[in-house]
This record gives sequence, structure tokens and C-alpha cells, in this order.
Amino acid sequence: MQRFPCPFCGPRDETEFHFAAEAGKHRPEPAPDVTDAAWADYLYMNDAPKGTAREVWVHLTCGEFFVMTRDTATRAVTDVAALPGRTP
Amino acid sequence: MTRYSAIALAREGLLGHRGWRAAWRRVRPAAAYDAVVVGGGGHGLATAYYLAKNHGMRRVAVLERGWIGGGNTGRNTTVIRSNYFYPESVALYDLALRLYEDLSRELNYNIMLSQRGMLIAAHTPAQMEICARIANAMQLNGVDGELMDARRALERVPLLNQGSDARYRCLGGVWQGRAGVARHDAVAWAYARAASALGVDIVENCEVTGIAIEGGAVTGVETTLGPIRTERLGLAAAGATPALAAMAGARLPIHDYALQAFVSEPVKPVLDTVLLYLGTGTYVSQSDKGELVFGGGLDRVPTHGQRGNLPVQETVISGLLEMFPAFGQLKLLRQWAGVVDVVPDSSPILGPVGPEGLYVNCGWGTGGFKAIPAGGWLLAHLLAEGRHHEISRPFDLSRFAEGRLIDEAAGSGIAH
Repeated sequence: MQRFPCPFCGPRDETEFHFAAEAGKHRPEPAPDVTDAAWADYLYMNDAPKGTAREVWVHLTCGEFFVMTRDTATRAVTDVAALPGRTP
Repeated sequence: MTRYSAIALAREGLLGHRGWRAAWRRVRPAAAYDAVVVGGGGHGLATAYYLAKNHGMRRVAVLERGWIGGGNTGRNTTVIRSNYFYPESVALYDLALRLYEDLSRELNYNIMLSQRGMLIAAHTPAQMEICARIANAMQLNGVDGELMDARRALERVPLLNQGSDARYRCLGGVWQGRAGVARHDAVAWAYARAASALGVDIVENCEVTGIAIEGGAVTGVETTLGPIRTERLGLAAAGATPALAAMAGARLPIHDYALQAFVSEPVKPVLDTVLLYLGTGTYVSQSDKGELVFGGGLDRVPTHGQRGNLPVQETVISGLLEMFPAFGQLKLLRQWAGVVDVVPDSSPILGPVGPEGLYVNCGWGTGGFKAIPAGGWLLAHLLAEGRHHEISRPFDLSRFAEGRLIDEAAGSGIAH
């Protein structure tokens, strides 16, 4: 059992967390100007990096989303940060 | 290529087994090929074989960064089936199953295909209705599928937990008699041997580090063994495919996860079919050696590490013991994981991506082994003809921009 650090609750079991998305995606707008390809890219396409990855996770028990930086090969977590506007 | 036969085996037995030759040639890569396939698993090797056999292309190389069959081809639970819901999926997976049924003869290599049937077991009237829907869909799509009642299911799997304390009693389920298992390593070795005999170069320990592109078209690859020129490049590298596609500026709708598998110590025959429990998500079969081979859902942490995590092990093993309390006496022999490329609609991606001349065969997620012959057949068609085969067209990457998903996770209730 790995423990992930929630910025709000501290270290908790990995089973309390859920992967949401790769960080850094920006919703293309305004909607009428967004092409199908641009929308599909936003909605579906990923980098799936091997090594360092910035990802949005949710801590299911407190409900907070946050950014976790970790190594996808070794599974070591190097940083967690609350989303902009949220204070732990 | 020395032909394998009972006579050859008897002759070698009398001569001390000194006459066997390596099954495929060990080669250094040439400077140029008509087509290069990245990934020496089942899909890549099958692609090379069908390029040579179906399309007459002999200047073909398979580049594998490790050893052939060392990735997901050697890490799966060896189940072969075509019990899917949508017509596009059934056409794809049943092409694979039909090719598998004749593969030992065609490749002159015993892949130990055992069509012992597969039961997807249901536990509630609602699940039985879903199973009836899947069985009907399979029959409409021309594939053997039938609804099996509880009595027949328990005749097939008498050890199932049906006691008063059973959390998931078996009410029956979907049965596919042509489903079964095959020796996974043998599939890779058989395709490698047959492809090599047709002139294909299989290069192990050769990692692709870059893709050369000129004027919007592929011109070659950079590798740890030097540059190789080619204008037709196929990627069949499962979890490593996103990084390879990125070398050509292409993105894919893939997340990589670990999928675990387990075997118990060997025991006398106790289970002569493949079983998937909808209630627990655990599936199991018994190998010819007597080991129980089982697995379940994905690890929920995206990863490129080929090892599993403990919470999912607990879920899968608990599920097995709920299904078969008697198995609680067994020791676990091995546990391992492969990195699988998971797509939002749980269907593969077959077709062109990025620059001209680049094609992918990826996104099989947790179910690539059963599809090896079809994946190879269709990627070979794409590379040789430069256009889709009728069966691969629905699986083009464009389905994501067009909203034309083939959602088998919803359709057939597969466990991912």
C-alpha cells in the first residue's frame, strides 16, 4: 500500500485517491470556434509520460482536487499542491 | 526452417537432440527496409509475418527494445475469446479467433490452443438480462454465444461457491464454447519463427530513440543500433506507443496502467473452462501444468512500472476465494504485471497517425493477447496497402474527433 500526501489531509492510503487527468490541459474556448479536432485533443488525448508527470488527483474522502507531481516508473511522489484559489 | 513434426521429434530423440536449430535468425539491422515494425510482441511479430505472407514484402524488420514476447505477450492470462457486443468488435475479435483456430497448423508450431469454453457468470436477474443481451448480440453477429442457466453452469464449474453464505451465487451467464486459452509465449515464438523463415529480420535489444520525418512523411528511425531508413513504420508497442508516437508529434488517447496476473501452485484438474465472475471481476483458468492462472481489474494508479500494487492484489485474490473457497488452501506461486495502454472506449486504435507512412496498432488495454492474429493481419494491410482494411476502419483514431466511439466497456461489460 502506497501513501499519497493530500495537501489538505496529509499522507493517506492510495485507495483514498483517484486519478483525474493530466495537469496543464486548458479547455478551448469559445465553444463555437472550437474545431472537432481541438475538442477531441482536449477531451481525449494524453501524453502518458514515462518518468516525471504532473497530474490532477482527487482525494475522495475530503473531495479536494489537487496537483501531484510523481514519477510514473518508480511511483515516487515529489510534490503536491492545492489548485489555484484553494488553501490547505 | 526445420519442419517440426512427430517424426522430427522421434529422430532428435534418438540422436540426443543435437540437431535442433535456432527458431529464428539473429541479425544486425540492415540500413534500409521496405517496412519497419516497432515492438517484438505478438502483434508486431504477427504484423511482420503477414507483411511477408499476405503482401509479399520480405524486406521487413521487427525492432524490439528487450527480448521478443517479453512484454504483455508474455504477461497476460492467455485467454482467447470473441464475446463482444458491437458488430465492429465481433468482426475484429472473431477474425483473431478464426486465425488462432488454424494457427498451429499454419505456423507449424504448437500454440497449445485449448477451446475449453468461457463462462461470464451473472448473479442477479438484471445481470442475467444483460447476459441474454450479449448472447443475442453475439448470435446476430454470427458468433457462437449462448445464455447458460445455473444448472449447466454448475455442471461446468462444480466447485463454485453456492453455499448459504455465498456473496455472489451463480445464476448462469454467457457461454462461448469456442473461447479458450493458448500458450502465450508459443504465439510469439511461432510468429517469429515463421516470419524469420520468410526473410523478416527480428532485431532484439534495439530501442527506437527517434523517428525521422521529411516533408511530412516518415523516412526512417533512429535506434540504439544506428539509423534505419524506411518509409513505412508500424508501432505495436502497447504501453510504450504514446512515447513513440510523440517522437512523430502525434498524441493518442491512452493512459498507461499496470494489469496484474497471478498463478497458484499446481494442483490436480479442478477447472476445465475459463471463468469470469461479474460480481468479483476476477477471472480464472487452470493451466495444463495445473496452476490456477487468474487476474482482475486494472491498478488504479497510472504507471509505466511493470509491477502491481497491493490493494488490487487483495481485491483480485479476495474475489477468487469468494468464487472458490477451496482455493484458500493454495499457495500463490508468482505475481507480475504488464503495462497496458487503456483507451476511453476500451477498443483498440488501428490506422494512420501523424506523418505519412506511420501507422499504429495499440490501445488494446487489458485484452491484446486474444487479438494478436487480427492486429497483425490488419497492421500489415495498413502498412502494405496504405489504407484501411474493412475490419480496421472503425477503429481509426478519427473516431474520437467524430464522436463515433465503440464503447465495449459499456457494451459487453468488460472489466476495465
